[in-house]
Amino acid sequence: MRNVWIICRKELGSYFASPIAYILLIMFGLIFGYFFWNALGAFVFESIQSQMSGQSFPMNLNEWIIRPLLSNLAVINLFFIPLITMRLFAEEKRTGTIELLATSPVRDIEIILGKWLAAVLLYACLLLFTAVNFGFLFKYGNPDWKPLLVGYLGVFLLAGALLAIGTFISSLTKNQIIAGAVTFGICLLLYVFGWVSGYETASWARVLSYMSVATHIESFQKGVLDSKDAIFYLTVIFLGLFFTARSMESLRWRS
Amino acid sequence: MIKVTQLTKKYARTTAVDQISFEVAKGQIVGFLGPNGAGKTTTMRMLTCFLPPSSGTATVAGFDVLERPLEVKKRIGYLPETPPIYPEMETSEYLQFVGKLKGLSGADLAKRIDYVCGRCAIADVKNKLLGKLSKGYRQRVGLAQAIIHNPDVLILDEPTAGLDPKQINETRDLIKDLAGEHTIILSTHILPEVEQTCQQVIIINKGKLVATDSVRNLQARARGAESVLVEVAGRQGGFEPSLVLQKLEQLPGVSRVLCKEQIDARAVFEVESKKESFVRGDLARAIVESGWDLNELRPAAMSLEEVFLQLTGSEASPAEETPVEVQA
Repeated sequence: MRNVWIICRKELGSYFASPIAYILLIMFGLIFGYFFWNALGAFVFESIQSQMSGQSFPMNLNEWIIRPLLSNLAVINLFFIPLITMRLFAEEKRTGTIELLATSPVRDIEIILGKWLAAVLLYACLLLFTAVNFGFLFKYGNPDWKPLLVGYLGVFLLAGALLAIGTFISSLTKNQIIAGAVTFGICLLLYVFGWVSGYETASWARVLSYMSVATHIESFQKGVLDSKDAIFYLTVIFLGLFFTARSMESLRWRS
Repeated sequence: MIKVTQLTKKYARTTAVDQISFEVAKGQIVGFLGPNGAGKTTTMRMLTCFLPPSSGTATVAGFDVLERPLEVKKRIGYLPETPPIYPEMETSEYLQFVGKLKGLSGADLAKRIDYVCGRCAIADVKNKLLGKLSKGYRQRVGLAQAIIHNPDVLILDEPTAGLDPKQINETRDLIKDLAGEHTIILSTHILPEVEQTCQQVIIINKGKLVATDSVRNLQARARGAESVLVEVAGRQGGFEPSLVLQKLEQLPGVSRVLCKEQIDARAVFEVESKKESFVRGDLARAIVESGWDLNELRPAAMSLEEVFLQLTGSEASPAEETPVEVQA
């Protein structure tokens, strides 16, 4: 565990020593801020409309702002996760520092966990930005905080799973761009796998749609904590890290 | 300290290291010598548990590299060919990280960092970014990283590659200095380096072990038959190199004389003597007594270089090989 933390600290250090972390934070803040502002604008417009029409039906902040934003967040992930994970292993393989890690008295799995954890923590920093935005809702409105929390958990699990996939892909190449592009492509595919369920009910379609990371986020967004979906993400995390370990091993046998 | 038996590493199509065996005793400096691509780095990577051997075994301090890699790694300090540094880290930060990775902590770690900074002369760049350091400093930081946990065995892959002559000397001195406390294997394709720093040499070529011996024995092997360069000048015009050649050939103990070059009334000869005979005195006397001037008399460059070339064949001298290929 100590070694995991040492590696994690080092990775976080490299994120924040270079401009990467700050650029990601700023861009994420801008994009999410814009989404928030839009959702809020639409909410205000709708509520004025409903008041003008005389028959004011109750409008709910959770329903109107938090849920769509959480689902936007899942899409923004798609662009940011490859940027976080692409350097994890690819860079060390290119500069040769992987030799230092691999010849130090630490286990491969400790290296992998450390790197993944650093990516997760950096992602958590991004999420803090969204908390600022949601903070306004709590200051001026009265949304229900429980569904929001569950929603966050879902986004976090989803990000953890995609980060694990990204970590694995980064361990396959020396080239960061390739790692980033492939991660983006695969994450995108995993998002849209769910589409087949719209017109096809054969078993392959159900499998494909089950594999989609997007179908499992829905329950969280509704504020429902479904253990099935949580287990799905945990499984993807486990598989991603497991394959990374295999990939590191094969690196030793091949290189 | 290190024992290697029948160690082999095969890649998809090539055999990088082919059944090499050797042993290194505690406290020795061993030079790992071979032309580029001979399998030096691969062997070192197997010793450091970076690559698993295809067959054969290697043990470090009694621990097998395949079965107990963690124990081996604890006892090894490794400097790869390019120092494994993170350009975005400061020197002290980097040493902290590596030290922790190797199991040091707290006051121990601080003490070792101070020690290696002094030892490797990097104290003045402690707070500089590694990416901004010169090649020489990076190499020393790499060395500092390798010795930070006071390992029994140091494995250095071409530690002087790419350094300027002054830095090369400093690095060699540092390595010699470290020899007392650590067992050192260093790889190189530079022969004088081995002569200057190592006690024992392991020569490999194309993945095969060609020779393993002490430096002194190998040098002696090279000097079995001595050759001497003699520059002779004629006095007052009348100089006939063929006469000199004849004269020298008649001397006892001389096996062969070659006229290397001739400029006006001077000529340089290479004189090869038979084994165990010492001809320099006779040469000088014969020349002077025959009325010629002896301008220079020196042993022809006789070093490990020749043994090395003999042992590794034409592979070691691409300069000689290329023109033949062009003609063909």
